[in-house]
Amino acid sequence: MGTILEINNLHARLKEGREILKGINLTVNEGEVHAIMGPNGSGKSTLSAVLAGRDTFEVTEGEVTFMGENLLEMSPEQRSWAGVFLGFQYPVEIPGVTNTNFMKAAVNEHRKQKGLPELNAAQFLKMMKEKMAIVQMNSSFSSRGVNVGFSGGEKKRNEIFQMAMLSPKLAILDETDSGLDVDALRIVGNGVTALKSPENASLVITHYQRLLDYIVPDVIHVLYDGRIIKTAGKELALEIEEKGYDWIINA
Amino acid sequence: MKQEDLKKSNRTIEEIYSSEYKEGFVTDIEQEFIPKGLSEDIIRLISHKKEEPQWLLDFRLEAFRKWQKMKMPSWGHLNIPEIDYQDIIYYAAPSKKPAVNEDGSKKEIDPELARTFDKLGIPLHERDILAGVAVDAVFDSVSVKTTFREALNEKGIIFCSFSEAVKEHPELVKKYLASVVPSGDNFFSALNSAVFSDGSFVYIPKGVKCPMELSSYFRINAKGTGQFERTLIVADEGSYVSYLEGCTAPQRDENQLHAAVVEIVIEKDATVKYSTVQNWYPGDKDGKGGIYNFVTKRGICKGSGSKLFWAQVESGSAITWKYPSTILKGDNTVSEFYSVAITNNYQQADTGTKMIHIGKNSRSRIVSKGISAGRSQNSYRGLVKVLPGAEGVVNFSQCDSLLIGDKCGAHTFPYIDCANPDAVLEHEATTSKISEDQLFYCQQRGIKAEDAVGLIVNGYAKEVLGKLPMEFAVEAQKLLSLSLEGSIG
Repeated sequence: MGTILEINNLHARLKEGREILKGINLTVNEGEVHAIMGPNGSGKSTLSAVLAGRDTFEVTEGEVTFMGENLLEMSPEQRSWAGVFLGFQYPVEIPGVTNTNFMKAAVNEHRKQKGLPELNAAQFLKMMKEKMAIVQMNSSFSSRGVNVGFSGGEKKRNEIFQMAMLSPKLAILDETDSGLDVDALRIVGNGVTALKSPENASLVITHYQRLLDYIVPDVIHVLYDGRIIKTAGKELALEIEEKGYDWIINA
Repeated sequence: MKQEDLKKSNRTIEEIYSSEYKEGFVTDIEQEFIPKGLSEDIIRLISHKKEEPQWLLDFRLEAFRKWQKMKMPSWGHLNIPEIDYQDIIYYAAPSKKPAVNEDGSKKEIDPELARTFDKLGIPLHERDILAGVAVDAVFDSVSVKTTFREALNEKGIIFCSFSEAVKEHPELVKKYLASVVPSGDNFFSALNSAVFSDGSFVYIPKGVKCPMELSSYFRINAKGTGQFERTLIVADEGSYVSYLEGCTAPQRDENQLHAAVVEIVIEKDATVKYSTVQNWYPGDKDGKGGIYNFVTKRGICKGSGSKLFWAQVESGSAITWKYPSTILKGDNTVSEFYSVAITNNYQQADTGTKMIHIGKNSRSRIVSKGISAGRSQNSYRGLVKVLPGAEGVVNFSQCDSLLIGDKCGAHTFPYIDCANPDAVLEHEATTSKISEDQLFYCQQRGIKAEDAVGLIVNGYAKEVLGKLPMEFAVEAQKLLSLSLEGSIG
């Protein structure tokens, strides 16, 4: 069982701003699902943004190794090619660019980086169709602008569809459950579970336990004030659901 | 991964746009010039060099006298530095005169010129040429070659340089010259009428559908010169032609002037498609150099049922002042204007159209897409005018602006002047921005920032690019991405 991600004493702050991550340590191995929970403002979304290479944050200390490489030296697109996928909490709208053209550009760039030829139109459309089925997306979405006019649930399904298209080594899902109704939650959760394999891993960032009914984690970490203050098995989620975070924070 | 790669791909919007202008080379060829400056003597000299008839010289002199009394227009949203019209050379031509066959057609072109046009992707040997496209190649002040002349001639189509048309078809030139754009129409049309050098002449006879795309390629080469293109297109009853013009110029620190006049006359039931891919040197990333592109283009849908379709991609020039317009004179006439104007660095563009509805049930459509990056200023200026007798007029206008970065400007100045309450006029406008969030989203999916901008910009301009002749749409698409290179950081 190889190690996919290793975070060692990671400190990060808003550019020229206050420190948000204050020494994160985390190891994610192949085949594992890790959940990161924590109250608002604890640094969950910052962690996902830093891992994806968002330049509004700067790393001040620590190391992140991804598949044996120094992740922090890579540009956002290099991280994507290496196998890091971020499911956005707020997927971005791109008017004028259809979902199909967007994914074609992404998939072919990934293939190019791996030295593979581009997919032809027929191969690509077949792949689109297969992957859309995983999240029960209507084919009409492929010709619509990326996320333009999509409902909250449709946007999140689109994220999981894109994840399926790119088959990442590590999927970081940032509050994918926010703004979802029960049906969308089930579709998204089942989609993520369907994409699980012994070779990949997921980092599921969530505020609530309910998503974890569908994506069952191996480990749960509680993030508070920029540090992981507790790590336990999946039963921790139920305890948090029942008692909140205070008992951990004040422990 | 190297630190340098990281820097390169982690640039923000501010940095992606200082592109390499691929057409910025100079052709080293012996050229003849006339002395710089503008006077009646200079105009006489130009006319003499072109061996023109007296009536044309008179036309030029009359225009010059009008021009002397006129002032440069200042209503554009443009900051135009003072232009010294006495410091410009008004005529420059390759000095090796191409030999002329007995039938008046030119012999093989100077190999150095042929190489220049080859390099620009405009092969002038018919065997190498783009299938189905005839080209008139204009180098500084003269047309150096017109391809497929004979083949077109068999159908009665006249496609030649303007200078040749003056010699070979004086009756047509005399009839239509300045019939759409009078010499005194504006400051630049008067200047052009006084000193125009060369351009294309097209005549499509009654009922003839032109079997190939006609195109003109304008190249400025000589230093210190201006180019004064004059093009005249006449489509007789029931005919059809699709015409495209392209242009480029060397990369220089000085500014050069291109002041063109294009006139299009469309008779009953005829259709003209006029497409432009304007790629004059835009100046460098600090705004040094570049072409001043001050152009008057106008067509008249004279006969009933005639149609004029404009499609333009404006990516070059330091300053663009250009409003291709249509006078919808006949009943049931139709005109459309589709435009993408892209400005980067310190470029300025004030461009749009005028649709003048005179005929009954005349219809027009305006789709304008402005893209501003860097520190550029991009304005749409349009007029929809409906005269009292024009019943049943319909116009739809859509003006969209896309901003890249936060130091550029986008402006729209739509004017409506409607004297017939029966008209149905619609106007829509949007402004959007390529955000850091959109770029990061694309990058996270593995799409490089530059490619992401290309994807977004081409998606935005798709509707207009679709109106260009197929052979050129792909080129135009590449041009859009190239023009924006270096605009993201």
